[in-house]
Amino acid sequence: MSTASYDKKTQAAHHFDSLDQQHEAGKQGVWLFMATEIMMFGGLFVGYFLYRFKFHDMYIVGGDSLNWQLGALNTLVLLISSFTMAQAVTETMSGNNKKALKLIYVTVACAFVFLIVKYFEYSAKVHHGMFPGFDMWNPDMTYIMSQLRESSQGIITADPANLRLFFVLYFAMTGLHGIHILIGIGLMFWIIKRIKNDEFSPKYYTAVEGVGLYWHIVDIIWIFLFPLMYLI
Amino acid sequence: MSHHIVPLKTNIITLSTLVFLTAVTVLTAKYIHLGENGNLVLAMFIACVKATIVFGWFMHLKYEGIMNRVIALCGLGFLLLFVGLSYLDLFFR
Repeated sequence: MSTASYDKKTQAAHHFDSLDQQHEAGKQGVWLFMATEIMMFGGLFVGYFLYRFKFHDMYIVGGDSLNWQLGALNTLVLLISSFTMAQAVTETMSGNNKKALKLIYVTVACAFVFLIVKYFEYSAKVHHGMFPGFDMWNPDMTYIMSQLRESSQGIITADPANLRLFFVLYFAMTGLHGIHILIGIGLMFWIIKRIKNDEFSPKYYTAVEGVGLYWHIVDIIWIFLFPLMYLI
Repeated sequence: MSHHIVPLKTNIITLSTLVFLTAVTVLTAKYIHLGENGNLVLAMFIACVKATIVFGWFMHLKYEGIMNRVIALCGLGFLLLFVGLSYLDLFFR
């Protein structure tokens, strides 16, 4: 190794004045990334809202055909994982790396539960021909209309061509969110490896906090996706 | 810069509040009928409260300096501009 060796736990890299400055700079970078995340998903949300006013009935039919119990379960799972991640940051800052490691394992487990539930949801949609791509769009309208809430039975008739729009948005938004979960799992394994290497201390924990911020923004996006897709 | 360590108790209260608000979201959406847009507005209001709680306590924005708050608010501000102008176009074209 030809790179300058220094103890990351007690020393800042040479281009920083202090560990504090290094930490603040790193965290600020993560926050800038968070702002871009808000705006990226924001574009999709704007699309959702604009078309909602044009094709309101299709959103009702599409939303009711989703399994809101599974959506609620996933909301709970993500909230718990956000808690364990926040607590992992607390433990790392207090120097309890072993506790932090356990909490991150729980976070990863929650992420996998989320993806498994999502797999069952997606395969049910594909099974009923509700995936709008690859010539797989062949919606089972009898099934879809049977899922519609009672107060709208008979009032709303769904046009499969317009219903497709809802599922394009559903798969695009939850799909992009799912990719974020996958990336989050990768980042967690990176943190796990670094904790096992004993790289963190109360003086140096920037990476744990940064991954935590990322994980919470993924949670926030789901907080909005759940009612918009499944409930309303 | 102070390194504020959020205690376990605060994190538990935060989680409990978020779970409670999720239950409120589900119950209001399923059992209280406020008309087409009423339920949408209510659900979005609760979601905004939940997001604020996550930003403030889980993401430590409550304990941060002004800079990171400004960055987060810039992201949200530009999003609001995007939504607002799009709606102006939709409703007043």
